[in-house]
Amino acid sequence: MRTMYGTRVVVLGAGIVGAACARELALAGGFQVTVVDRGGAAEATTAHGEGNVLVSDKGPGPELRLAQLSRRLWPEALAAIADGPAGSARAVRAVEWDPKGGIVVATTEAGADGLHRFAADQRAAGVRAEPLDAAALAAAEPHVTRDHTAALHYPEDAQVQPAAAAAALLGDALAHGTTLRTGCEVLGARTRGGRLTAVRTTEGDLAADLFINAAGPWSGRLAARLGAPVDVRPRRGDILVTAPLPPTVFHKVYDADYVGAVGSSAEDLQTSAVVESTRGGSVLLGSSRRRTGFDDRLRPEVLSAIAAKALRLFPGLAGVPVMRAYGGFRPYVPDHLPVIGADPRLPGLWHATGHEGAGIGLSIGTARLLRDLVHGTEPEIDPAPFRVDRPAVLGAPAPSEESV
Amino acid sequence: MSPRLIRAAADATGRRPDRPLHLTVDGEPVTGIAGQSIAGVLLAAGRTSWRTARSGAPRGVFCGIGVCFDCVLTVNGAPDVRACRRRAVDGDVVITQSRADGSTDGAAGGGRMTLRQVVVVGAGPAGLAAAASTLAAGAAVTLLDAAERPGGQYHRMLPEEYGAARPGRLHHGWAAFERLRHRVLGHPRCTWLAETAVWALERPEPGCPGPPLVHTLTGPADGTDRPRRTLAPDALVLAPGAHDRVLPFPGWELPGVYAAGAAQALAKGERLAIGDDVLLAGSGPFLLPVAAALLEAGAGVRAVLEANPPATVARGWARRPWELAEQPGKAAELAEYTALLARHRVPYRMGRTVIEARGKGRVEEAVTARLRPDWSVVPGSEVTVAVDALCVSHAFSPQLELPMAAGCALLRSPTGEFVAVDGDQLTSCPGVYAAGEITGIAGAPAARTEGALAGWLAGGGDPAAPALRRVRRNRDRGRAFAARLAAAHPVGSAWPGWLRPETVICRCEETDYGALCRTATEEAGAAPRVTKLATRAGLGPCQARICGPTVAELTARLGGSPPGRPADGLPVAAPHRRPLAQPIRLGELASTPDHPDPSEPDTKESTA
Repeated sequence: MRTMYGTRVVVLGAGIVGAACARELALAGGFQVTVVDRGGAAEATTAHGEGNVLVSDKGPGPELRLAQLSRRLWPEALAAIADGPAGSARAVRAVEWDPKGGIVVATTEAGADGLHRFAADQRAAGVRAEPLDAAALAAAEPHVTRDHTAALHYPEDAQVQPAAAAAALLGDALAHGTTLRTGCEVLGARTRGGRLTAVRTTEGDLAADLFINAAGPWSGRLAARLGAPVDVRPRRGDILVTAPLPPTVFHKVYDADYVGAVGSSAEDLQTSAVVESTRGGSVLLGSSRRRTGFDDRLRPEVLSAIAAKALRLFPGLAGVPVMRAYGGFRPYVPDHLPVIGADPRLPGLWHATGHEGAGIGLSIGTARLLRDLVHGTEPEIDPAPFRVDRPAVLGAPAPSEESV
Repeated sequence: MSPRLIRAAADATGRRPDRPLHLTVDGEPVTGIAGQSIAGVLLAAGRTSWRTARSGAPRGVFCGIGVCFDCVLTVNGAPDVRACRRRAVDGDVVITQSRADGSTDGAAGGGRMTLRQVVVVGAGPAGLAAAASTLAAGAAVTLLDAAERPGGQYHRMLPEEYGAARPGRLHHGWAAFERLRHRVLGHPRCTWLAETAVWALERPEPGCPGPPLVHTLTGPADGTDRPRRTLAPDALVLAPGAHDRVLPFPGWELPGVYAAGAAQALAKGERLAIGDDVLLAGSGPFLLPVAAALLEAGAGVRAVLEANPPATVARGWARRPWELAEQPGKAAELAEYTALLARHRVPYRMGRTVIEARGKGRVEEAVTARLRPDWSVVPGSEVTVAVDALCVSHAFSPQLELPMAAGCALLRSPTGEFVAVDGDQLTSCPGVYAAGEITGIAGAPAARTEGALAGWLAGGGDPAAPALRRVRRNRDRGRAFAARLAAAHPVGSAWPGWLRPETVICRCEETDYGALCRTATEEAGAAPRVTKLATRAGLGPCQARICGPTVAELTARLGGSPPGRPADGLPVAAPHRRPLAQPIRLGELASTPDHPDPSEPDTKESTA
């Protein structure tokens, strides 16, 4: 059903994925887009991430293809936004796009073997992965441990300031006619003939032709409220922030264990060292992964484990003060793949979620894929692996309000 | 002139021995005396600034009590040491800093399960009173404070090295404080942990009753390799106190502009007079003891400026005069200060304040102006005054990071946010009590009463004990006093009229008012967390302790989006949320905590 203004789309969630989807559809033309969020724009998972735009941590497969598409689209999108209305150049500067490159360091012989095999497969899939010898590593990262067994440089890895990136995408969507409604929580569905025609919210009903679930870690609960549950659960991560330092860390430097932790499904605590600087001079130290529901309590033993692993990579940081710790929730799907596409159980409902810790980087490719699927045009990459009706998404018992 | 140390022979607290100590500061020898803080040594040596901010602007002491992180320097290789809190040690190698270039078993209870264990955080008037009544209730208490000696800011003690014969000269109620201090610290059921900072509170599993675990670091302020402890109390009393709330104005970041508490701490705790032409400005009766401390230290005080006009102050105080009469100690103290100002011919002006500080590299002039009741400036009333130091305090900010980390509900009042407590000083968290300035600003007597009640109940004392009737009555009077104080000395809503686009709001990151205005009015980036990340206001080393409430107030007024709805796992952005309550070095964080046996107190203050 189309109105004179075009297809009405309501994007549920104003995080970076919602912002990117709203922008793609607003720019595509023919859509009248509204973004709603229970809180403020970009203030939940998006504001609590590191801002990774990575290819290095992904092995060959659908997620790497989505990452490669996104990596190509990011600079194009930022350039397009910068050429937009007055103020956009400042919004893009605030994104702090930094193609700094990643360096992965192995500290054991087994880790070195695994890393070299992983990199060989990545190269075959078109990823640039360059071995660094000890001298090259010392030149690239003078403060990294000398006690390493292998190091690889991934020049394509980049970083953004995630909240600013979401604000830039959303600002561009707003400049192209999108409406933003914050402080508006979705409570349930209104259906007609089995089709989702409106969502009930704390601010009244919102009718539309398409609804896109981009609620990140809360999208499992949101989908359940709409009567079409998907198995997206929160997986917590914590980050330490040091006091501002003179330039000390120049790339995104992480332990080869990180790839294993990203791919694991364990409920208990996984930590691996991820160390990088921000423009403000602080060093961000991650990372942890833990499935504990929406428990936001500070856990000193988690912070200790992150600190100990970071010191293995950068022993010289022992005397540096940590001034802040923050945590967030990643949208976790048991098979570690995003959920992108139409929900076959409830016409009118679409999903763009489940990116776990990669949502900042993958947001823009996800939005492009979604746009093509909505349009019915052939996407650049195969969308089938991300489809909603796969066992990992629908197979598990539906998360209830209590258990997620 | 520059700050200077009171001459040893002329010190009203008794002739000091003044044992010299030698520091190396950026390779240059600097001599101080034993007992001084590093900031004290530098100020007494004539240096008002030693750090440079990101823009290259000079910085020195601002808050004077470890809140603002403006005075940090590198000591013996460890960076980011707060000079105002770190005691100077002979041979210290100090390097100034620039940003211009770029699980837990029970510490408590093990083996002595029957004895109730209470942890009291903060040894100021509220905390010390809480510890005393916990002991009276028969429980064991672990009293800890970041300072080396108890007393808090109110009874800030002179360093032992100063050998003060008459330290009481500087204090009200000194004899009673000394008796209480000796009784508490010398008690066999009391463990006193000096120089102990709480860096985290760990809330129990949802559904498990009881207070959080208390994670501490013990050692010199901002030291390295400080041992960690984890305390598991049966009840927790939070009494961390408050610090000055200084509203920003053009030039407030200049060296020589001090929070009023810094001037008082330097005079009382270091015997340092900050200048000869000092102007005090802001609001509230606290300006008077600061003026008294400055005069006692020999500083020249040009005037004390109360921003509120006489009508506001009179209305606030005179509505129920009998309530004021019930705080006899406070009334007598105020009368004494007033007489002292008169004796020194220091004018006390109402309805006037400092709206700008000017100077090259340090404050040289202050612009004062007459204010309307809402603190808007009366045009044409501006006067420029030559000063060598400026002390400012517009209100107080309670130190709320620990109550917030514990999960305590806050209460919003016209003067800011405070910890919500019931009639028993119990917070919304089971087993967590709050006392003193974090529940409302009412001064030391009220803080002591709250502490006494909180400590007794935390220690398992009988809530129906007859003696509590009087304590509760006094506590209620203290609360009434707090309300009167707030009514008599409000912060006028038009103060942002002093700001210019280039006025620094966040001292750490040098975020200016213009940047804040631009960001808070952009629809896509208006959420408080997003504004913070975009402007960096509050992201620096002090972690928004100084600018947090100001930024929250300004962004709300600028039409930033209303606070979001609380959601699972997503606490509403709040200016006082600091899950790491104090900085901890990465090496310390990576280390394993010790588990002390509380039956063997390892640190005892000498009661001599």
